[in-house]
Amino acid sequence: MSSTETRADLIVVGAGPAGASAALAAHRAGLAVVLIDEAGRPGGQVWRAPAAGVAIPEALRTQDDRDGAELRAAVAASGLRFVGDARVWSVTGRFRVDAATEAGTEAFVAPRLVAATGAHERVVPFPGWTLPGVIGLAAATVLLKSEAMLPGRRTVVAGCGPLLAAVAAKIVAGGGTVSGLVDLAGPADWLAVAPRLARRPRLLRQGLGWMIRIGLARVPVHFRHAVVAAEGGEAVEQVVIAPVDAEGAPVAGTRHRIAADALAVGHGLLAGAEIPRLLRASLRFEAEAGGWIPVLDTAGRTSIAGLYAAGDGAGIAGAAGALLSGRLAGLAAARDAGALAEGAFAAARDRILAERHAVEAFAGAVRRLMRPRRGLVDAIAPETVVCRCEDVTRAEIDAAVMAGAREVNQLKHFTRCGMGPCQGRFCGDTAAELVARHVGSREAAGVWTARPPLRPVPLDTLLGDFDYADIPVPKPAPL
Amino acid sequence: MTPVPSRERYDLAVVGGGVHGATVALFCARAGLRTILFERGSLCREASGVNAGTLTMQMTRVALIPYALQAHAMWASAPEWLGHDVGVVVCDGLSLAFTEGEAELLTYRAGKRREAGAPIDLVGPARALEIEPGLSERVLVAGHCKVDGFANAYLTGLAYRAALIEAGVTLCEQVPVAGAVPDGGGYELDTAAGTVRARRLVLAGGVWLEEMAAWLGLRLPIKVLINQLAVTERIAPVMRTVVGIASGLLSLKQYPHGTVVIGGGWQGRGDRVQGGVELVPDSLIGNMRLACHAIPALRRSRLARAWAGLEAETRDALPAAGPIPGFPDAWICGSVHSGYTSGPFIAKRLADRILERGEPDPLFPIDRLLAPEAGAAPSAPVAEAPLS
Ligand SMILES: Cc1cc2nc3c(=O)[nH]c(=O)nc-3n(C[C@H](O)[C@H](O)[C@H](O)COP(=O)(O)OP(=O)(O)OC[C@H]3O[C@@H](n4cnc5c(N)ncnc54)[C@H](O)[C@@H]3O)c2cc1C
Ligand SMILES: Cc1cc2nc3c(=O)[nH]c(=O)nc-3n(C[C@H](O)[C@H](O)[C@H](O)COP(=O)(O)OP(=O)(O)OC[C@H]3O[C@@H](n4cnc5c(N)ncnc54)[C@H](O)[C@@H]3O)c2cc1C
Repeated sequence: MSSTETRADLIVVGAGPAGASAALAAHRAGLAVVLIDEAGRPGGQVWRAPAAGVAIPEALRTQDDRDGAELRAAVAASGLRFVGDARVWSVTGRFRVDAATEAGTEAFVAPRLVAATGAHERVVPFPGWTLPGVIGLAAATVLLKSEAMLPGRRTVVAGCGPLLAAVAAKIVAGGGTVSGLVDLAGPADWLAVAPRLARRPRLLRQGLGWMIRIGLARVPVHFRHAVVAAEGGEAVEQVVIAPVDAEGAPVAGTRHRIAADALAVGHGLLAGAEIPRLLRASLRFEAEAGGWIPVLDTAGRTSIAGLYAAGDGAGIAGAAGALLSGRLAGLAAARDAGALAEGAFAAARDRILAERHAVEAFAGAVRRLMRPRRGLVDAIAPETVVCRCEDVTRAEIDAAVMAGAREVNQLKHFTRCGMGPCQGRFCGDTAAELVARHVGSREAAGVWTARPPLRPVPLDTLLGDFDYADIPVPKPAPL
Repeated sequence: MTPVPSRERYDLAVVGGGVHGATVALFCARAGLRTILFERGSLCREASGVNAGTLTMQMTRVALIPYALQAHAMWASAPEWLGHDVGVVVCDGLSLAFTEGEAELLTYRAGKRREAGAPIDLVGPARALEIEPGLSERVLVAGHCKVDGFANAYLTGLAYRAALIEAGVTLCEQVPVAGAVPDGGGYELDTAAGTVRARRLVLAGGVWLEEMAAWLGLRLPIKVLINQLAVTERIAPVMRTVVGIASGLLSLKQYPHGTVVIGGGWQGRGDRVQGGVELVPDSLIGNMRLACHAIPALRRSRLARAWAGLEAETRDALPAAGPIPGFPDAWICGSVHSGYTSGPFIAKRLADRILERGEPDPLFPIDRLLAPEAGAAPSAPVAEAPLS
């Protein structure tokens, strides 16, 4: 029954800036490369391609769209094998990658693997965050880029980091109304990182462009504010915001109610290190870099021979950082496969590391703005749902800790928190923070054990057509 | 917080906090023994917390049926004796045959189990469909047992933890034991929380019993099975019974919250040092195909999670439960096939022995399993262990 296996020298999972550049670099060095993504075309989050049949009007096209088109052209011209619309659900051995496609499941085998699966969004729960109409800030960028669709007619954009301005500006450009921009940071926080942002003039200009657009549209901007509730019957109708301190904890001051039919909210990004976690590579916790990230050498090698990690999945560093770390991981794979001489590799590596050093200041500033804020977590009300798949509230998490759960996997058994289809991708960071409050540190609170599938997949897709006789039933258990 | 073990000698030390160790500790403590329980990790987070929770006679070894029946009754009344809910649902169970070969196997096995006391009838496809409307129409014959059901295995630790604390057990989680040796007055344990002494000793280490027996210089070979399980997202009801297959390689049921757990002992990769390292995709798919062949509506659900856990098996696949030969006041309890089902009762009987209560049950002494010294002739495996 075993699925057909495609062999290669290198498998790259994730075709964002990191994965695509890893694949291109390794392919150019002579490796047979398979690049896999659940999206239909390369581009990842930042350079996401519009969905089939969606045309982005020329006036709305940005530098990101042009960079994405360039990346897609480079992959297409290279001759490396790109497998799109393929959701990687299992990674085993050293290494077999199983992907679910429309046609069924397909297996790929290679001695080397680059994990470049990007980031996912952190949303710290507040009352009403599960109402229809409330979406992630990053998810809003996906909607805008790939479907050219507005989140709502009147949207509140809230949270932290540059995605705030990016989303608000795109909504305005698309003809929507932003009825409030709610930023956890204050003008002073932005000023503090401004010199580091200025190290990437093009991106700084892009950011200023967004701000001008937002200013011209007279979007009310609320600095040092947080969403404390989304209210509504069937869907969000209004958003309540309150002034906060530097750590995101609500402070005394006027609460505003903003009428809206959509709320795009995000509190930073979490590194998507599922593959290194699944393969039991060494991890370390670094809050600003996106939580639990793989321990890497300078070229992106994990603690497991043949496994490399790059891009936001190895620590949040933005598109430019992802591009460089991906290229480096691809070259390291080529080097380790014997396709690249040590001298040539070392020279390329040193050049890339120097370039990375140059973009690091900017990335650090962005990480700073998107950093997790303690006060936001502390402010979660007891009755607020933290795990939306299994409806577990903060009170239930606290009670489980009181009942003796010392780490997140025990918490899972006590409450079902993290047991749903998202396997803790949405609640994991918050749940671990809450446990850490009692046990002292995130290291002590631990990390969910990674389980397949990496994404929920329909049984139908996994099973394909089969006859009963095809099922390799093992020999009967003893009587 | 983990209590600091006392320097005074305990009446009983139990090593291993799975369902076996926890049950022995619970009943002994309730009977008045000053009991300490060591668990290297968290209570019931190995086999006893990650298993499929099936409480079934139709996968239980014949020699264990009498124990399993009593244990089933214990699970069904868990709130009464354990004091806490483990989400036990009692329902019908079906074991299916899809081919002539399976029908033969099923008929033979159901007969043997019925002789041992399990109330199993054979039913035709029409009756099977009445009992389980979600069933595939390709069933030739089915074993039907009204004493079946399942528990939420992941709640075991939470439930036992509260019960043990209420019973006054000194519960040491996250405290591994590195060795135990006789010291005249009983046993001296080398633990991560220092040296602890106890008059009596129970080793209940699941697949790690082999290491534990070695502390006393005994060689007790324990095979490690790496059982895979899969669970779907929550879906609308597609079944109401526990469904298995003649060969024993399927166990399937839907929980009240909507998820369906798919098991049957298909093997992943791992070992007792590293745990269940990884799942084998082909074997996962094989298991899910079998499940969807039995309950076709399952095909429409999404796979949410899959994992592997470690199950212990002795050379003859019968339990290691009874006194440790040559070591007074020391016992072993584990390696019970379908041990979640039978565990509480076997462990309770062992507690009765320790407490010298009631009719002594010989259980499944390990004399037969101890590997001979190098060079000696291997002893013949014992086919069926004595049962009182
Ligand atoms: C939802 C979202 C939207 C974002 N939007 C922007 C934006 O508009 N502007 C901006 O500057 N930054 C954005 N970011 C940040 C952005 O992720 C990074 O700056 C940059 O894209 C990182 O590149 P990467 O290659 O590391 O990862 P990504 O670009 O995230 O690429 C990862 C790729 O891996 C694929 N993948 C992941 N798991 C699997 C799997 N199991 N099977 C198959 N494929 C898989 C994904 O489909 C994706 O294409 C966004 C982040 C997120 C999470
Ligand atoms: C995936 C899977 C599915 C299963 N499905 C079913 C089912 O549906 N129905 C059924 O009846 N049975 C099932 N079983 C079998 C059942 O789970 C086991 O038989 C039973 O749980 C074993 O209990 P135990 O107490 O002997 O072992 P365990 O639960 O493994 O407990 C042993 C404990 O000893 C601890 N330990 C080890 N070494 C040390 C040390 N040095 N110091 C301190 N502590 C130590 C371990 O951490 C562990 O917690 C399944 C098993 C698995 C793995």
